[in-house]
Amino acid sequence: MRMEYTLFPLCEYAVTVRFADCIDEAVNEVVHGAAARLEAEKKEGIEEIVPAFSSLTIYYDPLVIDYIGVGAWIRKNIRQPEQAVRRLARTVVIPVCYGGEFGPDLSDVARFHGMTENEVVTLHSTGRYRVYMIGFSPGFAYLGGLSPRLATPRRPVPRTKVPAGSVGIAGGQTGVYPLATPGGWQLIGRTPLKLFDPCRAEPSLLAAGDIVEFQPIDAKEFARWSEEHD
Amino acid sequence: MIDVIESGFFTTVQDSGRTGYRHAGVPTSGAMDAWAYRLANALVGNSGDEAVLEVTMAGPTLRFRVEAVVAVCGGDFPCALNGQPISLWKPEIVKPGDVLEVGVCRTGFRAYIAVSGGIDVPPVMGSRSTYVPAQLGGLAGRPLRRGDVLPVGAMHPFTAVGSIRWGLSRLAASYIDGKTKTVRVIPGPEYDEFTPESRRQFFAARYEVTPQSDRTGYRLSGPALALVREREMVSEAVVFGTVQVPASGRPIVLMADSQTSGGYPRIAQVAAVDLPILAQARPGDCLQFQLITSEEATRLYKEQHHRLLRWIAAIRRQWEGER
Repeated sequence: MRMEYTLFPLCEYAVTVRFADCIDEAVNEVVHGAAARLEAEKKEGIEEIVPAFSSLTIYYDPLVIDYIGVGAWIRKNIRQPEQAVRRLARTVVIPVCYGGEFGPDLSDVARFHGMTENEVVTLHSTGRYRVYMIGFSPGFAYLGGLSPRLATPRRPVPRTKVPAGSVGIAGGQTGVYPLATPGGWQLIGRTPLKLFDPCRAEPSLLAAGDIVEFQPIDAKEFARWSEEHD
Repeated sequence: MIDVIESGFFTTVQDSGRTGYRHAGVPTSGAMDAWAYRLANALVGNSGDEAVLEVTMAGPTLRFRVEAVVAVCGGDFPCALNGQPISLWKPEIVKPGDVLEVGVCRTGFRAYIAVSGGIDVPPVMGSRSTYVPAQLGGLAGRPLRRGDVLPVGAMHPFTAVGSIRWGLSRLAASYIDGKTKTVRVIPGPEYDEFTPESRRQFFAARYEVTPQSDRTGYRLSGPALALVREREMVSEAVVFGTVQVPASGRPIVLMADSQTSGGYPRIAQVAAVDLPILAQARPGDCLQFQLITSEEATRLYKEQHHRLLRWIAAIRRQWEGER
């Protein structure tokens, strides 16, 4: 798949390459293909290549290379590789206790869609989700594959603190907060799993390309999980 | 080693930041005011990227168990060594048993305490910077507490001198003054999607830094900003200095501990050259944004970098004279 793209400076040391402005598996594959290609052609001054949903951002040292130089390097090297590098996708099952104190926005989400809370939970936990990108905070996975019937706008004012493990919805996205951070997503549940642990060899539980499934659990099971894994 | 007798309001270990892990969503963190951080390190004879203590609002009281050179740079905090007032932006020799007190800041908001050899906590993912939300780096990933003991790196040869009679001029701190701070910005990726009235207001109004502000971001109060057409954004990269606008219309300026990506429209990006000014803004201070081009921002950033190198070179020459 060949795609047009636009370049724009994010700041003095970063440029974003945007292929599209949507959440789409094919677009995301183009992003990861381009990121892999650029990674292989990295040169002096190019520091980090970070893929997102439908764009990627290149961080560079402005004392070594300038915006024009980075742009030329991108245009020369970004062409889609003949064969996209495909990693064997793992399936990761994430247990979630939905609603109540763990998902304070579940009732709002249900009301917004004219569903019962149970219908929201069933729809959310029967989906298969693809990890499109890791970003926002350590180990935070942006997942594709949320049913359009669950798409819900973000909260107008972000919360200053969202508990670690919170499962949320924002527009057409769903995901899990690995850490207690500020955030504006609608919170529908919480997992006892640790999504980020700097002591693990691979600190992030999820990697781009993984398949995620959510498994509903009750508060007792949540408590048991937390005790066993703490 | 250094004993922490009082921790201050919010004191963390910071260095130049944790880069190379944005793909795993790890923020860069690092010193908020890179200007004061770099000069503090240079003043104690460090080579550059050593870890220091970043002080917010009210400083710590520290007792040294080693001989070392220390320097405090940044906002105007009253400092005393063994009860005697000392100047900021100036190297001081400390001996075992000496007590450094950093008080409550008068202007500005943050100071950097550099020690020869650096604060020698173990690096996590290539950096000693503390990122509190994920408990990464620094001292167990948290701010200092009373009773903590800080390891100090190998002693620097420059410490073998009596007392030091030089420091930086007031010019080094001139960016810190003023309750209203002018901060230059370049247009953000979604700049054109804001209504013409919002774009006008963003530059005409003064935005107040609210108390809901920290190393992650400054929440501002002032005229609400609106998009021509509301839409849900697809998350994309953000950095230190990105001004994003959630649906409430109140801008948030992302700071050193900011997330690596965000989903709110970005009206502007604070020019890197002015990030130290932003870092020294305290709740209640006002920000006045001024538009410049991306090319100008890059030129100013390079100029500032070269100015910093000249200051550091001058400090090195002073140290050579002490030897």
